Parts: sequence; C-alpha cells; structure tokens
Amino acid sequence: MPELIAKSALEGRSLALGGVTLAEVEAGPITSIAVLPGAAKTVAKGLKTIGLAMPEPNRFAEKKGARIVWTGREQAFLIGVDAPELEGAAVTDQSDGWAVLEVSGPAAVDVLARLVPMDLRLTACPVGSALRTQVNHMNTVILRTGDYAFEIMVFRSMARTAWHELETATHMVAARASVKI
Amino acid sequence: MRLTCPLCGDRDRREFYYYGAEDYLHRPPEGAPLADWDNYLHLRDNPAGVTKDLWYHEAGCAQWLVVTRNTVTHEISGVELVAERKA
Repeated sequence: MPELIAKSALEGRSLALGGVTLAEVEAGPITSIAVLPGAAKTVAKGLKTIGLAMPEPNRFAEKKGARIVWTGREQAFLIGVDAPELEGAAVTDQSDGWAVLEVSGPAAVDVLARLVPMDLRLTACPVGSALRTQVNHMNTVILRTGDYAFEIMVFRSMARTAWHELETATHMVAARASVKI
Repeated sequence: MRLTCPLCGDRDRREFYYYGAEDYLHRPPEGAPLADWDNYLHLRDNPAGVTKDLWYHEAGCAQWLVVTRNTVTHEISGVELVAERKA
C-alpha cells in the first residue's frame, strides 16, 4: 500500500480583513448517520456511549470534541470523532466529501448576509444553530459556533468556489465600511 | 415567495424545487383501468383558488412537501411533509 498524504481542500488558507477572518477548518472525521425506520431507540443507545443524542432540527450539539449536527429528517453528521458501533442506522464515512470554512469576527454576519438567503443575526440564529441552506448557489450546512463565528460546510468540490465567494464578499464589506459618509 | 418547511422553518423560494400537482402522490393501484392512468399522468385541474402541489426542499432538508396554496390570493395555507402524511 503506498503512503498517501492527506491534503485539505484549501491547504489551510486564511484571510483577515476588516474585522472578518476566513479560515479553513480541519474538521476531522465526518460520518453521516441515517436512522433506519423504527430504530430511533437503538441508535440513541449507540450514541449515548459517546455522550451524544440525535439533535433537534436545525441544531447541533457538542461533547468532548465530538459534534453532532442535524442534517435532515432522521439524519445527522457526527464530526470530529470516529463513529461508535451504531445498530439501526445507515452509517457512511463522508470525511473526504466536505470542506469546512470558518467565518468569524464582528462583521462575519454582514459577509454571510450577502450570500445566504437567511436571517443569521443572533436573534434569529442563536449559537448552536445548524442550518441547511445555500451560500449563493452552493448547498451548505451553516453552524453558528459563536456570537461572532460561523462554520460553513460545503461539498469539497466546491471549496475553492466557496472561498472565492466569501473572500469577495469580505472585500466588499470591508470596502463599504471604509467609506466615510 | 417563502415557504415554511415543517422541519427547517421559514425559507426562501430559491431553496425549493417545484415538481407539480399533488396528484402524483395518488398513483393508481396495479391493474387500474386505463382511464385512471390517463388521469394520473395527464389530466390536471387548473383551479382559481386552493390547489395542492409537490415541492422539494432541495437546498434544505431534502424532504418532499405538499404545499396548499391559493392561486388567486397567493396565500400559502399549509406545508406538510410527504414522509409523515397519513396514507
């Protein structure tokens, strides 16, 4: 078996501009958990071994470096740890399929407001929210990780496009803030 | 236009894909007369008033939805999950 080198989608790039920081995040293992019909209880038992439970719609939860994110009806992503034995669920490794970007800083919400068709202000989108929506035309999962921080999950094949969109929006927001009226 | 997905909440139109009339949920049983299939595949009402359509929450939870709306007032009076409807 040849020695393969793991490479991140964006080579760990980052950008800081006008109170916004963009950075790639190393998310670790990402596992899709789809609960089979009628198996909610056995899956709950399996998840309990790592101190987690299936999340409520539009929410994520964390425990000791493990994160579980709502991604659909009877479906979640387990991020950051290897999946435990889960009976009654379709478990799929998706680690290679996603790129994760962090947008943080006081103006992060203004950057995302230009690209996302949702109200991401803290009142409408509290910390712990996990939203499946779009960044421009890309499907995404947006996690509200802090008052001034978001993680944006996109398909890995879209990583550079997502970066470009966010970078452009960050420049726009910074340019606008620099104009004295 | 906005739709309130039963799972995701109030969302923009661009997240959804329109499929067609809700009639597609009522597939005739095996051995049904040809007229039923003709009706199922081709014949659609065009009401001025309340109608039901199928929408797909493509950029959200990936669920099929039955949307009840009024073609005259544009009021949306109901959005239900196909997966959780009573047969």
